[in-house]
Amino acid sequence: MNLIERVVAISRRRSPWICRLNAGSCNGCDIEITPLLSPRYDAEQLGIELHGTPKHADIVLISGTLTLRSRQAILDIYDQVPSPKAVVALGSCPLSGNVFAGSPLVLGQSLDSLVPVDVWVPGCPPRPQAILDGIARAASLLEEGATRSQMESLLEGGQGRPS
Amino acid sequence: MNAVWSYLLAFAVWPGLLLAAPLGWLELWFMRKLVARLQGRRGPPVFQPFFDFMKLLGKRTVIPRGVNRGIFLALPLVSLGAVTAALAIVPLPGNPAPSLPGDVVLLLYLMEVPVLCEVLAGYVSRSIYGQVAAMREALLSLAYNLPFLAAIIAMAQEAGSFQMSALQAAPYSLVHPLAALTFLLALPARMKLNPFSIANAEHEIVADSHIEYSGPPLALFKLSHAVEVVLLTELFAVVFLPATPWPLLNLLVYLVAGIAVLGGVTLLATTTARLRLAQAFRFYWVWGGVASAVTMAATLVR
Ligand code: SF4
Repeated sequence: MNLIERVVAISRRRSPWICRLNAGSCNGCDIEITPLLSPRYDAEQLGIELHGTPKHADIVLISGTLTLRSRQAILDIYDQVPSPKAVVALGSCPLSGNVFAGSPLVLGQSLDSLVPVDVWVPGCPPRPQAILDGIARAASLLEEGATRSQMESLLEGGQGRPS
Repeated sequence: MNAVWSYLLAFAVWPGLLLAAPLGWLELWFMRKLVARLQGRRGPPVFQPFFDFMKLLGKRTVIPRGVNRGIFLALPLVSLGAVTAALAIVPLPGNPAPSLPGDVVLLLYLMEVPVLCEVLAGYVSRSIYGQVAAMREALLSLAYNLPFLAAIIAMAQEAGSFQMSALQAAPYSLVHPLAALTFLLALPARMKLNPFSIANAEHEIVADSHIEYSGPPLALFKLSHAVEVVLLTELFAVVFLPATPWPLLNLLVYLVAGIAVLGGVTLLATTTARLRLAQAFRFYWVWGGVASAVTMAATLVR
């Protein structure tokens, strides 16, 4: 790995921009993201910025149970995030459907079957510290080139070595 | 040294890209840190704008379907080239480029190019949000350019020449503080900072006109903004502060003045909320117009 690649890799860890996607959440998880940006947790000291558009994001935070209507939106938004990218699933909902499991409006599958999830943040809702930790772990994965989308593109031989 | 080489040197090294980029990042970091401290937060580490830039360089670029590839990729390059060329004209101490007669006109023209690029970037992106941002940017530039241009033109009238070095060397008079105030009036809108952050209102229109940009082109837009911040603050310092005969002291004064101006506009940005477009427009045409008229009138008084 040459010097520039190394600097880019470190920058990926030091500057994770996030974009959040509510796939059908009760808003409990989403409201725990707001304190991250407030004085108490101040995510900006880790270089984290919240962006409204997936085109600027490195990490997508997906919260909530997966509904029939949000399925296509998740796929579309994931596709719009330029690689390298990571996915963080917030709360118990994306994994299991949580209390909504079994509802006719809910997809009975885990988020992992739609997009490759890198970090699961458990809790209902998870604490802000846990969300911050999840983002930091995803950012480290980006640095190592070890997010699942990075590994997949490596296997396909599309992108060469992870940087 | 032949003139072309000295221009190239000014463009590429000082005050151009090589040194203006780190300076711009430092100034952007200073603004972000100050905002964070004023809000009771810790704020980003000092290398943050550099990390953001390097990370964006290493990302893939997604070009929306139906968008003209050439224009989409050329806009950030043109924007960066124009601000850097404008900065190369500013007679900072140590600038190797010789001063030309009429370079103020060239400077003012080059400073409009990044604005034009942002407007075009919003329109070519085919995103409704980008187009709204572009429309706001275009309208706002009609408003803030009144005091901005009036301040520079009043100084040129005072110095009796449209040459940067004449503006810099003009003996201190009543016009200086008046024109400086008029210039400062236009500054927050030019930097798209808070009461006038109408074109990059992230809560209403998601992002500014760069909404469809990603990867290296977005990085170039960010870099061009960083250089623009240096350009605006140093232009202020060079034109409105009295120059001493010692270049090194001048440089120090200019840098400190630049930081002070940034501190002021950041303070304004953290303590205010966003105006509506019509309010900002009215503000600039009424108060900017009054300030411009007073400044112009002062040039007539001898
Ligand atoms: S995990 Fe809990 S808090 Fe989060 S969206 Fe699901 S039900 Fe709501």
